[in-house]
Amino acid sequence: MRYSVFSLLAQTLAGHKGWKPAWRDAAPKPEYDVLVIGGGGHGLATAYYLASQHGISNVAVIEKGYIGSGNVGRNTTIIRSNYLLPGNTPFYEHSMKLWEGLEQDINYNAMVSQRGVLNLYHSDAQRDAYARRGNAMRLAGVDAELLDREQVRAMVPFFNYETGRFPIQGGLLQRRGGSVRHDAVAWGYARAADQRGVDIVQNCEVTGLSIENGRVTGVETSRGPIKAKKIALAVAGNSSRLAAMAGMRLPIESHVLQAFVSEGVKPLIDTVVTYGAGHFYVSQSDKGGLVFGGDIDGYNSYAQRGNLPVIEDVMESAMALWPGIGRLRVLRHWGGIMDMSMDGSPIIDHTPIDGLYLNAGWCYGGFKATPASGWCFAHLIARDEPHPVATAFRLDRFTTGRVIDEKGVGAQPNLH
Amino acid sequence: MRIPCPHCGARDAQEFTYLGDANPKRPDGMEATEAAMFDYVYQRDNPAGRFRELWYHGAGCHAWLVVTRDTKTHAIEAAEPAKPTKAGAAA
Repeated sequence: MRYSVFSLLAQTLAGHKGWKPAWRDAAPKPEYDVLVIGGGGHGLATAYYLASQHGISNVAVIEKGYIGSGNVGRNTTIIRSNYLLPGNTPFYEHSMKLWEGLEQDINYNAMVSQRGVLNLYHSDAQRDAYARRGNAMRLAGVDAELLDREQVRAMVPFFNYETGRFPIQGGLLQRRGGSVRHDAVAWGYARAADQRGVDIVQNCEVTGLSIENGRVTGVETSRGPIKAKKIALAVAGNSSRLAAMAGMRLPIESHVLQAFVSEGVKPLIDTVVTYGAGHFYVSQSDKGGLVFGGDIDGYNSYAQRGNLPVIEDVMESAMALWPGIGRLRVLRHWGGIMDMSMDGSPIIDHTPIDGLYLNAGWCYGGFKATPASGWCFAHLIARDEPHPVATAFRLDRFTTGRVIDEKGVGAQPNLH
Repeated sequence: MRIPCPHCGARDAQEFTYLGDANPKRPDGMEATEAAMFDYVYQRDNPAGRFRELWYHGAGCHAWLVVTRDTKTHAIEAAEPAKPTKAGAAA
């Protein structure tokens, strides 16, 4: 069924009794051309673009839990392409362009809202760094505006401009940035991939990889063995565990990152703001809750929950920026497991094992990259060569010295 | 999370600084190969489950500890000084 105002009207008149499940609950077939491990945003997008861009539809996405139960449902839903380095900017801008056309492409309302992303600066040096980043963005065809303090105050008048320890001097604004309904991204890609013949297999945990003569041939799962010509890992958070099944070690540590939602309030903040004197960022969901977060907890974890010191740290930054936020109560908080790569940048590459491809190391920034990650990973799998905007995300860059230290906030060197 | 420091007793994790995996050993001398240095600097086992890791008790005894912790549950099994006691020294 194609979703449209007419299908909605027809269903309304029929009492909403005719809606069909958005995708089939497929059982695994014995063999596929491509097997994508991980039914999160990146895995589902990869399967969708394999089918839609490369005509490869004998594909399965296998997921150990249910679709969207991992990081695609645990992030803070922000999209942006405000990157400095040449290895990053074209990739994230490609992602932004895909976001801009996503809903028409997959016929699904993902509530893409380009409400702007505003990075605040609090010192002359930080202003200069932001001016440089803004200029680099504009040279690469990305929108960026450097705002002074009064322009920021006109946008968000309720911050602490008078007595802050690190007074707000201005901000770097990307108006095309914003937020997206994250669950809808998983569901929309799942539905669109399913319509093109992709099997989405849930509750199917990989327990082993079969490798013969240096080539991957299939997987062992909790629902039996599945053969595949090519296998794609899109399991950020658990990449090291899957790689270990292939006898590989990765330049990655798994860390827990927490996020928070306040009780719902009337429309209060109509953009996304990041605090520049600590790690804190905030936006408001369409339900009214303020969605915010900060740093990783800082120790290896697979627990999907964090501890109080980081919660306290995030709240302190929130209060420093926006004292009024202290009148709100936190409704809930949760944790997701990040692949913290050693330079803070992702990996989209072949592995040394034939037929095994790796999409990993997304650190803090996997959600915004979802469409381009799927697009470039599908390109790599289908053609066995990296997509032009993702050539820097190599697995071997740590041996060659070509690291991408955009902010230098990987798991090491302990800059957190 | 509280860490049972062998010198100070159970203390809040906030008093400690984290370094990570306690197993990698820095390759010795100028002869260390690039591959060995790459392995030491970047590659990690990153296990889900039992993990030996280094913590520094900066707001306490200033000792480096090896903490054995389950990364799936955060349960701490043991915490011991990172530097083994010298033979013959008083315990």
